[in-house]
Amino acid sequence: MWASLVSIPVLGLAVMLQTTILSRINLLSGNADLILLILAAWALQERVKHAWVWALVAGVLIAYVSGLPWYIYLISYLTVVGVARLLTRSVWQAPLLAMFSVSLIGTLVLQMSTFVTLTLSQVQLSLGEVLAKIVLPSLLLNLLLAIPVHALIRDLAERLFPMEAEP
Amino acid sequence: MKPGFPRSLQSIIIVLVSIGLIALALGGYFTSATDWFSRLIVNMQTGVSARYMALVDFLTVPRDVASLRQQNSELEAEVARLQTQVIDLQQRVTETNILSALVNFARANPAYTYKAAAVIGRDPSPFLRYVIINTGSNDGIRSGMPVVTDQGLAGRVDAVLAEAARVQLITDPASVVNVRLQASNTDAQLVGSVTGDLSLDMISQDATVQIGDVVLTSGLGGGYPPNLLAGQVVSVRKLPTELFQQAALQPNVDFNRLQFVLVITNFNPVDITPLLATPGP
Repeated sequence: MWASLVSIPVLGLAVMLQTTILSRINLLSGNADLILLILAAWALQERVKHAWVWALVAGVLIAYVSGLPWYIYLISYLTVVGVARLLTRSVWQAPLLAMFSVSLIGTLVLQMSTFVTLTLSQVQLSLGEVLAKIVLPSLLLNLLLAIPVHALIRDLAERLFPMEAEP
Repeated sequence: MKPGFPRSLQSIIIVLVSIGLIALALGGYFTSATDWFSRLIVNMQTGVSARYMALVDFLTVPRDVASLRQQNSELEAEVARLQTQVIDLQQRVTETNILSALVNFARANPAYTYKAAAVIGRDPSPFLRYVIINTGSNDGIRSGMPVVTDQGLAGRVDAVLAEAARVQLITDPASVVNVRLQASNTDAQLVGSVTGDLSLDMISQDATVQIGDVVLTSGLGGGYPPNLLAGQVVSVRKLPTELFQQAALQPNVDFNRLQFVLVITNFNPVDITPLLATPGP
């Protein structure tokens, strides 16, 4: 359970980095989502049990600072964790490939749910412009950042859940 | 000296020989001999000096290397400290310049009271154009208050915490600001976009809009005070088949490098939503 408590400082720091640094590093109009990548990497660790707790914490923290409706991040992050756990339990044994897949799916889910929600809120958005200037650049940045984030989170998971010595 | 050889004669002979030698030397007859002699002396002195310096180096260099290394590391630390100080001072100069410009703006617009704030973050969603500032309800900030810089309108406060607030920039796709084209005195709506570009909409087809026209807030709707500078028209699109003209706007504020803002604290936004006509049952 204390491993779940670690999510608060880790994700708190990630939200700080996201709002202060990563949100200012733009490719066209897209940017990387560090929190999404951390959740994906964390949920892909086999020894992690309660990854959904991290998704809840991340959803609450990010909803606190973002102008988007709170449920968009919460649903997207829970989806990311769900997809990651599904891949971990079923077929995927190549962690980096799984990380790329979850990052891709998570980014698309988050961006498209944002697009739909804003469109329903009478905000005028062009799907082509959103795809070209936000979704694809964000996807590229997330895939680039996926490898270092996966390595860091794997190290964190190994420290929190050390391998038990076989008798 | 032979006895009987007069002493004065000896002296005379010595003087004459000396004068003769000096005269020969001045005449250049001893050049090769003096060159050979001086070369010999110089070579000997060079050899002795080189061996002495080698001995001194042998005895002192190990200690000097250690002291030089220590001195070098101290100097490197000093350089790093000074570089940090230079960066810090440059940052302070930049901040001072910005704050000075904000103070000038506040002096030039005394009708309002202002609260300065630093921009400490941006919205994590690339769809939105919000910034987070480091003043909140403890400093008297309330939702809806207009936010400006020395170069014009920036946005308005969207949500407030005790020590921080979230500001919706005018470049946000959900932002709509009622504005006025100063030259033609025509009302329009300033809308943002996901790319951060600003455009003017709802410009009457009868209005004459020209590139370079200054755009100010109109105050209509009660969301913003009037006469805040928003930007300048950079292109106009007027099609006879459309109800309104449209124009692209170049904002005066550089929203990508926003560091400090002023919140207008004595402006109370008016919510006119209850007055808007709603479709009947």
